[in-house]
Amino acid sequence: MSQMPPQAALSKCPSCAEPLESGDRFCGACGYDLSAVPPPPPDHPTLAMNGAVLPDAPQGPPSTAAEPLPAHAPAPQAPAGPAAAAVPPAPAAAAPGVRFDRAPEPDEYPLQAPDPRVAADTAPGAGPVPVCVACRAGRVDGDGYCENCGHAQPRERDHLEQEFGPVAAVSDRGLRHHRNEDAFALGRTALPDGTHATVAIVCDGVSSATRPDDASLAASRTACESLVAALAHGTHPQQAMHDAIVAAARAVDALAAEPATAREHTPHQNAPACTLVGSVVSAGLLVVGWVGDSRAYWIPDDRSPAARLTEDDSWAAQMVAAGLMSEAEAYADERAHAITGWLGADAYELEPHTASFKPDRPGVVVVCTDGLWNYAEAAEEMAEAVPRDAAVRPLHSARVLVGHALDGGGHDNVTVAVVPFPAPPQGAGSA
Amino acid sequence: MAKLSKPNVPQFAVDVYQNEYLPEGGREVNAIVTVTATGGGTVGGAVGAPHLYTPGRAPSAAVAVMVDCSGSMDYPPAKMRNARDATAAAVDTLRDGVHFAVIAGTHVAKEVYPGGGRLAVADASTREQAKQALRRLHAGGGTAIGTWLRLADRLLSSADVAIRHGILLTDGRNEHESPQDLRAALDDCAGRFTCDARGVGTDWEVKEVTGIASALLGTADIVADPAGLAADFTRMMETAMGKEVADVALRLWTPVGTTVRFVKQVAPAVEDLTGRRTESGPRSGDYPTGSWGDESRDYHVCVEVPPAHVGQEMLAARVSLVVPEPGTDSARSLGAQGLVRAVWTDDVAASTSLNPQVAHYTGQAELARTIQQGLDLRKAGDRDGATAKLGRAVQLASASGNADTAKLLAKVVDVVDAATGTVRLKAKVAEADEMTLETRSTKTVRVKK
Repeated sequence: MSQMPPQAALSKCPSCAEPLESGDRFCGACGYDLSAVPPPPPDHPTLAMNGAVLPDAPQGPPSTAAEPLPAHAPAPQAPAGPAAAAVPPAPAAAAPGVRFDRAPEPDEYPLQAPDPRVAADTAPGAGPVPVCVACRAGRVDGDGYCENCGHAQPRERDHLEQEFGPVAAVSDRGLRHHRNEDAFALGRTALPDGTHATVAIVCDGVSSATRPDDASLAASRTACESLVAALAHGTHPQQAMHDAIVAAARAVDALAAEPATAREHTPHQNAPACTLVGSVVSAGLLVVGWVGDSRAYWIPDDRSPAARLTEDDSWAAQMVAAGLMSEAEAYADERAHAITGWLGADAYELEPHTASFKPDRPGVVVVCTDGLWNYAEAAEEMAEAVPRDAAVRPLHSARVLVGHALDGGGHDNVTVAVVPFPAPPQGAGSA
Repeated sequence: MAKLSKPNVPQFAVDVYQNEYLPEGGREVNAIVTVTATGGGTVGGAVGAPHLYTPGRAPSAAVAVMVDCSGSMDYPPAKMRNARDATAAAVDTLRDGVHFAVIAGTHVAKEVYPGGGRLAVADASTREQAKQALRRLHAGGGTAIGTWLRLADRLLSSADVAIRHGILLTDGRNEHESPQDLRAALDDCAGRFTCDARGVGTDWEVKEVTGIASALLGTADIVADPAGLAADFTRMMETAMGKEVADVALRLWTPVGTTVRFVKQVAPAVEDLTGRRTESGPRSGDYPTGSWGDESRDYHVCVEVPPAHVGQEMLAARVSLVVPEPGTDSARSLGAQGLVRAVWTDDVAASTSLNPQVAHYTGQAELARTIQQGLDLRKAGDRDGATAKLGRAVQLASASGNADTAKLLAKVVDVVDAATGTVRLKAKVAEADEMTLETRSTKTVRVKK
């Protein structure tokens, strides 16, 4: 693979423009010494645009062509991309003043729920044994329970945050569930035409099934990897999304064959299952795909009407779609939220929904589980909840949205990914 | 007890079956804990083949056989003869190298073999001598079971062995000592050896025999026909020979603010252990389970936890198996442990569902209780009350598939409809049938998996 870039860079002689063969050391026409050629600028067209948008961005390290990042990995600390607000060295004049109202340190928001990973990371360093977060008296045993009061300790998945390039996602256990059964995955890849695409996948484990947390994790990772790989090969985003959902469904199906862990004696043994919603954003195209009742919303920066991009696989949505009930009637019914489509071995048939859009203005896509949209169902309500600067501070916005759900009661796990449109071109250096 | 580190100690596995979901404000957590011991020294791995130890790996054991020789054993004379034959059969079942003694029980306890406050070591010649000595057994005298147990304890503790076991046979009531004397003897012997108890004929007191077995963590049964004694004694001795580790305790850890409602063995028979807890450290206590061979038992643990908010999760109990070191605070862990959890949820479907194992054993415990109550009412002359209780018992036995108990019930009542529990008391019930039902009322069946 290391052959490819130099070949492309030296496709013709710098002296006489004669086309070159691979492995040529001198030009066949004019005899120009090709080894003397200064390395060409690594990526020409994107540089100018990049500079125009954010002057200090290109210092980011070159990304490889495809790098899906599973949700469980720690948030990357490297300067992530053009939208990362935490890179302060440029003079204030170089960027909109809003960004530098705050101290130049990484932002900390009071809204943000405590990150258990931070506690887990610092505790072993601070003392030999972690102390229970519930009673502050007992030590924590190997099973993750307090030796004094028995309370379960926070787990890694209780609260997850990730910023990846221009995209960010936050997932939280919420206030009423004992574990986080949601999962997300973010990815980014270069398309064959040189532009870039960002991928966000959000999954919601079906609580009534066995091991919903495993299902959502497997589905989100598999879909993201599949999408990133397909997009890099030039598959049309909508087709790639369809294939990714099918791949995710297979991954969840495979879990059903595994024996349940010893700890897991759920009242009902069902095949693991989850919903999925994902988005692919490229320079001009926005593709969403979904199964179940997790949603994607389009929130334009100028707050021209926002829109919901997905159609739930739920009882209520089907009733409305079939014209049998009004929306108000359907959602008032206790069966409203029963989902009619999901990924899992016991799904009747898999119907991946995909849709593609070509928005004519910038904005953000909010990809979320019902833990969020239960508190901002209509597109206008969601637009209200999304901060104005969502496109430049996606992580902040994702935290604000999770905070919105927790303030509303946090009855379910909350997971939200904020994806700016159009996908900002990636920094120089990538192939 | 250095012998416990021998490789013939079985591996213990603990499985917990529960519905961990509680509604908001819910406090009671129920769990069935299945403890399975496997892979001890027995070659076949089965209790039925206890002699087949790998050479040199058999656990050291001592057994005392206590035979009732009170005057009533001569009525009919076959009883004494059968008891003699049964004891001979038990002696034949002894594995070579096992320490043993035979005690003749009347209003006092006498050593029949080997005598002199010692134990014999089983081999071909001692077995033969023991059987010779049995011929000298004759009936005459009263019954004071406490004295038999105390002698057995003295003899068994004279040997440094891993397993200590007694087999006790009686045919009459414990008339020649006060119930307090027996109680005191049982308290002194508890934890020092295990003991199976058998009643032969129908003139003995069921509660006395089951009480002895319960206190000394053994089995109780009726041998209504003396002719069946030999087979029963052989089986009992085979089981005793299959034991591999003694004095095993179920250790229960519970968090602060949690109270233990009850701890019951529920399979193979119901045995309430709640009152037999010994504190073993902060927030943990030990419940005795006796000695184990390759076998599996189920326990029902019920604890009350402090209420918590929806979305919280806690460990309600941790169950492990240990062998407490006598006289010290330390204990040797047998490795396995199980976690009983509590998770508060607002999902009504989750919090209201009953775990099938918990439901099954709750039913089995009620079955045992109902039979006991029904028989007590019947003895007290309350026919209506007895009919209602025994009807309910028939219904429970039928619904849970406890066919053995259902058969025993059918000998005491005429079953009109098992599903609804409609029964009529039989006008005439053989005493043996009633005693059999009472003795075996605690036997349970496991959930069909």
